[in-house]
Amino acid sequence: MLQDLIDNFADWDSLVKVWPLLAQGLWLTAKLALVALPLGMLAGLLVGLGCALGGRAVRIGLLCWIDLFRAFPVLVLLVLIYYGLPFLGLTLPAFAAVVLALVLNNSGYYGEIFRAGLASIPHGQREAAAALGLSPLRAMLLVVLPQALRAVIAPLASNSLELVKATSIAAMVALPELLRSARVAQEQTYNPTPLMAAAVLYFLLLWPFAHAVARLERRMLATSGAGR
Amino acid sequence: MDRLAEYYLNLEILGTYGPAIAAGLWVTLAAAIATVALGIGLGLMMAVALAARVPVLRQAIVVWIEVFRTLPQLAVIIVLYFGLPYAGITLSPFWATVGALGAVLSAFAAEIFRSAIQALPRGQWDAAYAMGFRFRGAFFLVILPEAVRLAIPLLTNRAIAITKGTALGTAVSLSEVLGRAQSAMAIAANPSPLTLAAALYLVLFLPLVIASRWLESRRVVPR
Repeated sequence: MLQDLIDNFADWDSLVKVWPLLAQGLWLTAKLALVALPLGMLAGLLVGLGCALGGRAVRIGLLCWIDLFRAFPVLVLLVLIYYGLPFLGLTLPAFAAVVLALVLNNSGYYGEIFRAGLASIPHGQREAAAALGLSPLRAMLLVVLPQALRAVIAPLASNSLELVKATSIAAMVALPELLRSARVAQEQTYNPTPLMAAAVLYFLLLWPFAHAVARLERRMLATSGAGR
Repeated sequence: MDRLAEYYLNLEILGTYGPAIAAGLWVTLAAAIATVALGIGLGLMMAVALAARVPVLRQAIVVWIEVFRTLPQLAVIIVLYFGLPYAGITLSPFWATVGALGAVLSAFAAEIFRSAIQALPRGQWDAAYAMGFRFRGAFFLVILPEAVRLAIPLLTNRAIAITKGTALGTAVSLSEVLGRAQSAMAIAANPSPLTLAAALYLVLFLPLVIASRWLESRRVVPR
């Protein structure tokens, strides 16, 4: 019984056979994350800064943007972009579609984090910076933003981890990243070893980050709990 | 403009496929509710077991939390649906999706509850003991209610984020809103069903997102 399970779920021969496929999938997952993460964070930063610097109309517009993209499941966004846009004559390659979906989705998540972080810095900081002769933009970038960053490190890290995990939705548009490659490999080996291997790879790669994020979050909750 | 309307808001096609897609909303809703119930319930139980320091169980729970907090939701769904049958366990698309999302949410919920319990000042325990409570009374009547209140904003955000993952059920042919819209789009060769699906998701999740914003704005320390 146990031997059956091992033969099925951890079959060494199957693993050796499908390893090249998995390795190539892993590389694609890494590429997706490396492209989408900085772009998503930059988009969110711009949204957050817009909220802090813009007038009332801009702020309301950006808040709608944030909530809209936070409300959309990222997969729905991806399907709209990948399968819906071609009807307009706009066909994106799968890689670009996944990146666009992740960036739009995370412009909402990161945007809210930066917005809340910037709003948490007392207004006196801006006034002090203005009194020193800094323009509003410089005051924001040189005085307020650095302080805000320190306050939002935990949610930023947590969201970045979620973004990397979300690259797996690329499997839904047949982009052979790690998860998709594992599914394809599974169809060759007729056992779930490739799936288990993908899960183990995800775990080994992401666990250090997940662990660090949890520690950051715990520390943040501890300070807010004691501060009540 | 006409072309836009024809492709993305084709009333004829929406009339044909709309009811079926809207009916998928019930599947989405049922999966979401089941996920939240399973995830929060299991998470709370695990946090209680951790606080009670039950040996062995404690280690098992820590491993569970680490694994499901780390793995991508879609990967867990796929493993449950396509992998478990080899171990003699076959799950329906619904339960594979709910089981996977519930496991992920339970890991986050347990972690949030645990942190909240630890974040409470030590004096709360002392005060409860001074009132004559023993561990059980102090924990369930004093510590836990406070911890739950502290945990609620983080928990709501996480629960919303994970419930949105019900759309991932499409990967295992769960016939919820997105899955139905995609097949309707394929048959009709027109993306209007997708527009409807997107609108339905907004109707479902936008109020939750706005509510969580309100809930968070009442916290002292903004996130």
